[in-house]
Order: sequence, then structure tokens, then C-alpha cells
Amino acid sequence: MAVDLNMRVLIVDDYKTMLRIIRNLLRQLGFTNIDEATDGSAALQLLRANGNYGLVISDWNMEPMTGLQLLREVRADAKLKMLPFIMVTAESKSENVIAAKEAGVSNYIVKPFNAETLKSKLVSVLGDF
Amino acid sequence: MAGAVVDEALQARLAEIRQERGDTVAVADVATVVEALLATMTGDVTAEDVQLYKELEGLARYIHAARSEIAAINPGEIQSQFLPSASDELDAIVEATEKATNQIMDAAEVLEDLQGDLPAEAAERLAAATTAIYEACTFQDITGQRITKVVRTLKIIEDRVDGLVRAFDPSFDKTRAAPDATAADKPADPAAAAPEGPRKPTDEELLNGPQAVESAMRQDDIDALLASFD
Repeated sequence: MAVDLNMRVLIVDDYKTMLRIIRNLLRQLGFTNIDEATDGSAALQLLRANGNYGLVISDWNMEPMTGLQLLREVRADAKLKMLPFIMVTAESKSENVIAAKEAGVSNYIVKPFNAETLKSKLVSVLGDF
Repeated sequence: MAGAVVDEALQARLAEIRQERGDTVAVADVATVVEALLATMTGDVTAEDVQLYKELEGLARYIHAARSEIAAINPGEIQSQFLPSASDELDAIVEATEKATNQIMDAAEVLEDLQGDLPAEAAERLAAATTAIYEACTFQDITGQRITKVVRTLKIIEDRVDGLVRAFDPSFDKTRAAPDATAADKPADPAAAAPEGPRKPTDEELLNGPQAVESAMRQDDIDALLASFD
């Protein structure tokens, strides 16, 4: 089944430039319904207030709530636990990847990344589009 | 007994310093103790005493010379002027690159909006070019994170210089902020300390920022690591 490009996507990053880059790349891929948050706690508020998100793309290193903490909150929330969650981060140590996987990450992209990598991970998590 | 030959005044001074400073003693106090020890060496002296005297005298000279050399380096100036200035310059770099990146993005978005006015082939090429611009702009995020790491390192150096200044100048303003504990200095999260097997890193220990290019894991490595869980 083709991916619904109108699904609500939440991108989370404390660098506004990176939010803008990811938003533009998603838009080029056809996604039309994109929201932004600048840390994990703001993202969690949005996710809990609007239960219709189809995907979260989150940075790791943010304050006050990191992407890893956000991921754990999402997986611990009965209403959100199945939400696809892609980590996009400069944290590239194997211990980081393992910690994210153990917390339930759907996929992991290391910065800097290109549009092809982003698309391939979206396909891996959501299916073809 | 070695303790018996140390006079009461010296013992009192040592006890006083120990009570005041614990195991951390200012260099000036060390010099005072050495000088006091030398002053105890009166009366009949043996050849061993003379040798000890010479060594202590050499130590005292070394401490005085070290103090002079450190003073000549002017650590106060490094701390009050050079390090904050370097941090400000690095912050300015982050700000400038962020501004430039946003200007580039503005221009790329204008180009992208023109796609609808162009023939299909030209529109496709323009889309590929704007994608490449967006990808290249990710440098700003990585650059910002790398510079933040450097600024943190400068802060650690500043703290060390602060310690050096205080060691050689006891009158130094001690109201300055105490050194921040780095992640490595902080106690590990007790919940993360598993009774068996290797200890899992704490959340703070997982905040490393970008790795050097030669040591960073590539996307292929990360994909393979993720796949190993399946």
C-alpha cells in the first residue's frame, strides 16, 4: 500500500535551519502536512494533543528533553507506542545506535545526510511511495 | 624517629594547613613548609643532613622559579581575556554561518518555486539542484555542534587555568564559579549500573556530538548495526 503523503509528520530539532532543511526535503518527496518542534518536550505536547501523527523525525541532542527521552516517552505511551520514529542525529557512536534501538527507534540516520538516505529510510519505515 | 626532629612550630603549621586545605595545598604554603623545615636544621649536622638541606634548598628554588614562570605567563590574562574572546569569536562563526545558510535556503526556495514555470526536463534539473543545496546546508548544523564542543573544551581549559591561578596566588578571587563537572566527572546513573556485564552508558555519556570524520560511523555501518538486532 502506498504511503499517505498527507500523513501528519512531526520533525524535531533545536536547529531551526535543520528543521527547514528536513521540511524542504520532505516537501520535495511529496509530504504536505509537516509540523515542527524544537525539543522533545514540545514535541511530546504536540503528539499528545494531536493523536493523528503518522511519523516522527527527531534529532537526539536537544534541551531540555533529548530525542532519546522523547523516544522513550513515545514508546511508553499507550496511544503513541506504535508511532514510526526516525532518529536523525550527529551522534554516530555504536553505543548511541544501540541505545536508540533498545529504546525502540524505527530507523537511524546520521548527519550529515542526503535526500536519498532520507528517502530510503522513509521507505524502510513507511513503505513505498 | 623522623617526626621527633620536626619542631613543634612546624608540626603546628602542618596541622593547620591540613585542617584548612585537606590534601589541596597552595604552592606558597609548600614553600613556607620547606623553609620552616630548613629552619629546624640547627646544631650539629651530619653529612646526610647537609645532603637533605641541599635537596630542600633546590626544591625551594624550583618552587620559587616555577611561581615566577607561571606569573610571567600571566594566566589571569589568559583567563580573563583570551579564552572569553575565543569563545565569542566561535559564537560569532556559528551566528554568521547560520545567517548565510538561511540566505542560501531563501534563494533555493525561490528557485524551487520557479519549477512550475519551466518545461518538465528543466524543472527536474532545477529540483535536483535545489535538493543538492538543501543537503549541503546541513553543514551548518554539524559545524555548529562541532564549535559548541570546542567552546566546552575552552571552558574546561578556563577552569584549569583558574585552578592554576589560585594555586600560585592564594589571594585570587575565590568567588569565581567553580569548574563545571564534565560528563566524565559526574557520577554514573546508578540505575544504569548493571550488576553484570559491561556498564551501559548514561544518557549524558551518550551526548557526544559529531565525531571526527576518520572515527565516525558511516550510515552503512549504522545500517549494519541496526540490522544485527533483527
